[in-house]
Amino acid sequence: MQFFGGSEISPSPPLPTASGNNAHMMYIFNRNGVCLLYREWNRPLRTLDSNQDHKLMFGLLFSLKSLTAKMDPSSAEKGNLGVPQLPGQGCSFHSFRTNTYKLSFMESPSGIKIILVTHPKASDLRESLKYIYNLYVEYVVKNPLYTPGTPIRSELFNTTLDQYVRGLG
Amino acid sequence: MAPAFPRSGDAIFANVERVNAELLTLTYGAIVRQLLTDLEEVEEVNKQLDQMGYNIGIRLIDEFLAKSNITRCVDFRETAEVIAKVGFKMFLGVTASVTSWDTEGTCCSLLLEDNPLVDFVELPDTCQGLYYCNILSGVVRGALEMVSMKTEVTWVKDMLRGDDAFELQVKLLKQVPEEYPYKDDE
Repeated sequence: MQFFGGSEISPSPPLPTASGNNAHMMYIFNRNGVCLLYREWNRPLRTLDSNQDHKLMFGLLFSLKSLTAKMDPSSAEKGNLGVPQLPGQGCSFHSFRTNTYKLSFMESPSGIKIILVTHPKASDLRESLKYIYNLYVEYVVKNPLYTPGTPIRSELFNTTLDQYVRGLG
Repeated sequence: MAPAFPRSGDAIFANVERVNAELLTLTYGAIVRQLLTDLEEVEEVNKQLDQMGYNIGIRLIDEFLAKSNITRCVDFRETAEVIAKVGFKMFLGVTASVTSWDTEGTCCSLLLEDNPLVDFVELPDTCQGLYYCNILSGVVRGALEMVSMKTEVTWVKDMLRGDDAFELQVKLLKQVPEEYPYKDDE
């Protein structure tokens, strides 16, 4: 397989596919922090290089998960902040919103994290993220030529994903 | 509120695409036969089947989680029930039962009365020591490793060796929660 430019860890971002797309960008990480996929549809300003950007995103979500779990008022646990969590333990954070964007997050018990950044008026995207997880299973996991833990290079997956995201409200 | 995990795999099994059971049995048989020819040593074949199963398991887990909508994987008891009732049903079309829990709740047995992989199979004398279904132990081990559970999976009873059922012992070694993967100086 040929890798075009960039390092193996983080693929260099592809050119934006279509303007007027509903989503800005999407990341898929695995449990070891490897960025399996980064898709960009609408991101005018880019200040960090891809590697830094991916690490920042992963680190942010890792910390947010830990923080939200520890601040949970309905939980009886008295663990310390930063103690690693088992999949599904504690509450699960699913999105945050600023005045310019909304970030939706989904994590599977196997550690696959899907992050979708959209415009701030987007509705609850949990079902959409589940659908994207299903797409990942169908097009990536079931492909015998794909090695788990490496960046995804499937044109079919990318096209189906673009189509789906374009249709999101 | 819906239960955290599905109680049975029947609904999912009804919705997945299915294939002729004989095709599965004969294909699996061909794999084992070829491994025996290539590797000759029964122990090597056992190891290879386990490794193949492991590679299947690490991918199968995502399909399983996507189709069954499970979000938590913390309690080993729950996990064992889910594997037996939902997992085996979804992928092999048969349900297993969970038995022989030890006092700490870290070791149990999955009992399979019916196993589609071994239809028409009889082990000849030259293959004594072969764990014909060893791929299943690899699959369970691989899948559980991806949900942070390190396990040891061994066959306790094997119908091809004269026992009355197939019994897979699953022993939880430890639960390894996700650690922050990047070094602090980067």
